[in-house]
Amino acid sequence: MDTLLQQLLNGLVLGSLYALIALGYTMVYGVLNLINFAHGDVLMVGALAALSAIGYLHGAWPGLPGWSLLILGILAAIPVCVALSLLIERIAYRPLRHAPRLAPLITAIGVSILIQTFAMLVWGRNYLTFPQLLPEAPMHIGGATLTVTKAVVIVLAALIMAGLLWLVNRTRLGRAMRATAENPRVASLMGVSPDSVIAVTFAIGAALAAVAGVMIESTYSVAHFYMGFIPGLKAFTAAVLGGIGNIAGAMVGGIVLGLIESLGAGYIGDLTGGVFGSNYQDVFAFIVLCGVLILRPSGLLGERVADRA
Amino acid sequence: MPEAASARRPARAFAGAAAVAVALALLPILAGAMGDAWVRGLCFAALYVMLALGLNIVVGFAGLLDLGYIAFYAVGAYVYALLASPHLTEHFPALARAFPGGLHMPIWAVLPLGAGLAAAFGILLGAPVLKLRGDYLAIVTLGFGEIIRIFLNNLNAPLNFTNGPAGITLIEPVHIAGLDLSHSTTVLGLRVSSVLMYYYLLVALAVLAIVVCLRLQDSRLGRAWMAIREDEIAARTMGINVRNVKLLAFSLGASFGGIAGGMFAAFQGFVSPESFSLMESIIVLSMIVLGGLGHVPGVVLGAVMLAMLPEALRHTAVPVQQWLFGRVVIDAEVLRMLLYGLATVGIMLYRPRGLWPAPRHGVVAAVTPDRPAAAAGASHG
Repeated sequence: MDTLLQQLLNGLVLGSLYALIALGYTMVYGVLNLINFAHGDVLMVGALAALSAIGYLHGAWPGLPGWSLLILGILAAIPVCVALSLLIERIAYRPLRHAPRLAPLITAIGVSILIQTFAMLVWGRNYLTFPQLLPEAPMHIGGATLTVTKAVVIVLAALIMAGLLWLVNRTRLGRAMRATAENPRVASLMGVSPDSVIAVTFAIGAALAAVAGVMIESTYSVAHFYMGFIPGLKAFTAAVLGGIGNIAGAMVGGIVLGLIESLGAGYIGDLTGGVFGSNYQDVFAFIVLCGVLILRPSGLLGERVADRA
Repeated sequence: MPEAASARRPARAFAGAAAVAVALALLPILAGAMGDAWVRGLCFAALYVMLALGLNIVVGFAGLLDLGYIAFYAVGAYVYALLASPHLTEHFPALARAFPGGLHMPIWAVLPLGAGLAAAFGILLGAPVLKLRGDYLAIVTLGFGEIIRIFLNNLNAPLNFTNGPAGITLIEPVHIAGLDLSHSTTVLGLRVSSVLMYYYLLVALAVLAIVVCLRLQDSRLGRAWMAIREDEIAARTMGINVRNVKLLAFSLGASFGGIAGGMFAAFQGFVSPESFSLMESIIVLSMIVLGGLGHVPGVVLGAVMLAMLPEALRHTAVPVQQWLFGRVVIDAEVLRMLLYGLATVGIMLYRPRGLWPAPRHGVVAAVTPDRPAAAAGASHG
């Protein structure tokens, strides 16, 4: 029972992170029908920028408490990610908005290589250690343990997602975003500027990626130039699982995928008599992805999607 | 099309083929004068030509974006590695008893086996994803490539099939008709080095791949692929069995990868999962995008250019930077990735049909007053 509770908690942490990243994919897909392949790399740049900022702040004012460093790190990462994401949109995606579908995807792959290479030049190719900023003493819930960092991940993700739902469903900007997602041309006739809505969408996605990036590195205490790839891929899976283009779907998909992975990794060893171990954790996401796309291509909460691609 | 034009004049076609053959035969001797590393580079260029042509069948001809193509290369490489190295007999005593002299499968058995198994994996991947299009397909194939790599990395316990991240060593070199390609030999008093023999073998295979691709392109099947690429519904209406034709694209493309993989294993004498990362899939994709998606000469050009780039950079990047800045600012490997990224983005933005694109068919018909040239130019990219 303790293992179950522990794996559920781990899954919830993992799932919250996936959900934050998945939102970036799903919102961009909603308005542009484009998979922003470079989203994971935006996250990586945010994480490394935060690491540098925290290092600088800690050197300048050694007395600053850990939690304030974490907040300042996130606040430093957000503008970096937003600027990078807007730049990518402007240079690599906007000129190809009416090109055949494969073109922006291939450009996105190229952009992803470029960002990784630049990050490698700036921050080096070694694993960097992220300092332990929050108290290390774990909390005990039932028979399971939860570190403060992981609890913060869950709470922060929940708050952000609630805020995002409010933004999309209750504000003028949210209405403009939904209108653009529905039909950009008609939306522009109604006084919505698709270009600025698309830019705002990229910016919001990038800000969420920045938060997710900093939380990932503080959960695992490492950062390096390749750290965005796997979370990006998993988060995309989560977005598809929930129904791509659907904001609530990305949240549900993220949490469900996190739980599947963590339960799968926790129990696969027992179930298969030790033939497969937790080192197959990464396979689950892909199997889930293939399964969802084959059985229910529109995702858990999605509508029609299969023919859009 | 130049191929078709020369085919109508057999004498000219033969002369052209002979000239190309002589050039390909003399090339490594010129390159060898600059060092054996260049000949090795040419060997890898031939391998990448095969890979790029295989991926071009899937992406260029049939229009199905495959980001996990390197998995088939891995399948071919591991089939060769397992059947021509002491690894299996060392770890499975039963097998060692069955083959007391060790496993020494000849290349003529291993290559078709690798190609066949890769083709089977191609169908395995293709069958469930037939209904997906465009970017969904790209992500699923990417996931497939990663799954294969994760399995290669982890299938060393409890039964050691792949030896995990350490990879398989001591792979036997190619033997053809009693000739061991790993040792230099003497022909008519001239010393022919091992790498040179591999060069001729690989180039022969690459030329074979080019011929097969050119013939496929003009075949009924090739036209069916292009019809599906342009408009799947219209193709179906014309009586094309979309499912079978797509599966054929996946399996044929995969078999090219399988053969290239087998040759890679034999040439290197060593395979490990590291060689089959997503980045390799992306590099092969950049080759065909750079050269000209769907156009065989363009794909060959792109593959040779990008495959020779590391060798060229190794010889130029360091001295040029030392001359410019007095020290090495960016090492050659990083510079290569930088150039790949820039090339992919730049080509897509400014020359979306590649450096040497396919001649356009039917553009005139596509330009109608209410759908002007932009739509026709964007018909495939």
